[in-house]
Amino acid sequence: MPLSVKHLLGIKELNTQDIEQIFQTADEFKQVLQRPIKKVPTLRDTTIANIFFENSTRTRLSFELAEKRLGADVVNFSASGSSVSKGETLIDTVNNILAMKVDMLVMRHSASGAPWFLANHIDASIVNAGDGTNEHPTQALLDAFSIREKLGDIKGKRVAIIGDIMHSRVALSNIFCLTKLGAHVTVAGPPTLIPKHIESLGVRVEYNVKKALEWCDVANVLRIQLERQHKPLFSTLREYALFYGINKQMLDSLNKKILIMHPGPINRGVEINSDVADSGQSIILGQVENGVAIRMAVIYLLAGKKELE
Amino acid sequence: MKTLLTTEQFKITLQRLAHQLVENHLSFKDTAIIGIQPRGIYLSDRISRMVKEITRAKKIDYGKLDITFYRDDVQARDIQVPNDTDIRFSIENKSVILIDDVLHTGRTIRSAMDALIDYGRPKSVELLVLIDRRFSRELPIQPDYAGHTVDTILTQKVKVYWEEKDGTDEVVLIDKV
Repeated sequence: MPLSVKHLLGIKELNTQDIEQIFQTADEFKQVLQRPIKKVPTLRDTTIANIFFENSTRTRLSFELAEKRLGADVVNFSASGSSVSKGETLIDTVNNILAMKVDMLVMRHSASGAPWFLANHIDASIVNAGDGTNEHPTQALLDAFSIREKLGDIKGKRVAIIGDIMHSRVALSNIFCLTKLGAHVTVAGPPTLIPKHIESLGVRVEYNVKKALEWCDVANVLRIQLERQHKPLFSTLREYALFYGINKQMLDSLNKKILIMHPGPINRGVEINSDVADSGQSIILGQVENGVAIRMAVIYLLAGKKELE
Repeated sequence: MKTLLTTEQFKITLQRLAHQLVENHLSFKDTAIIGIQPRGIYLSDRISRMVKEITRAKKIDYGKLDITFYRDDVQARDIQVPNDTDIRFSIENKSVILIDDVLHTGRTIRSAMDALIDYGRPKSVELLVLIDRRFSRELPIQPDYAGHTVDTILTQKVKVYWEEKDGTDEVVLIDKV
């Protein structure tokens, strides 16, 4: 197998060669997606189960499309409406799915570390589609891929990650990925949303969003994760928008045109205004398009030799 | 080790192949050349250049096709990072000439035809190879243009050396260890 890992659990375990191979493969799959027949038959012998214990629109659709475009058979499982509500454990749920000869799992779970736990108990390959506040590796890969598409080699580029860093697995995975590839990363937002000691990951901290925008080449804007906060970390959404939201005047006042990214879903008028999100500097929809190609690449590269029974 | 084509024979064979193509396709207005990655590219690069010189055409539709996603060896799959597929024109209703360096079992060409069909419906597809390993086909596939035909056995391998990559133009037959 060309990747150094058996699962895609986190960016932490990937080396730069893995990431480069994923990018090269994704380049080819992006080509496939421009053709009239957007499929290839390469994984027609593979069955993949998407098990989502948490809500998702983008990631789930993106994975499902990626798998179908690779010719694989797909089954979807969401926690609501399943026996998880009857108390079935994670391992039991997964083993039951695997007993039906499913070859690979794509899992999103609310508990950080769930995919690692699972990897120790089953044989099939696992792709982490987001675990708690820990990692979301395919998002980081598609973000870096999108930057590379517009700005070339990631090395030396300045990326600002802005918003709710504390509860964001997207932020963490992005930090790991970008620093591995040699980019300079600054995290920006209110002090209550930036974890202490995050500089130990090799990033700068900035509490003034305008300064972060003046410094960076690309700004990746994160959603305020209201569903993950158990205590009030800022006064109101309106105050957040006033002090930390990205608006058009701020963008226009900079001396260069920076790229704007967002993993979605967007809270319009909170972390980002519509006139920014829909502007020519925004590559948000391009990220979504690249997401399918990146996920195709990851799944394809992980579908290695199978044990003949 | 046996030399199948010396440097001089190599050059003459390529010229002959290019002329055969022009003889059948004349102006290349509705014809496209597509080289198969990774090793057919060296041959298709040269042939398309020669054809362009002979016909004095301003432009010839020339593309590269990678077949990694269409291989039939799914069970014992050795996952590989694919090479570039670069086809910037429509193949709809064109006569396509597929080019590869060595024709052996025919499976690569089968994959190439499946890949090609997913790009559109060509008017016709022809196959041009430098070396035809005559009796070792596993599928009913034959070349329309062949540089040199050899009878080989499974324990032998045909190696094609290119000036651009290996410093010399030559084709040899070696025994696999």
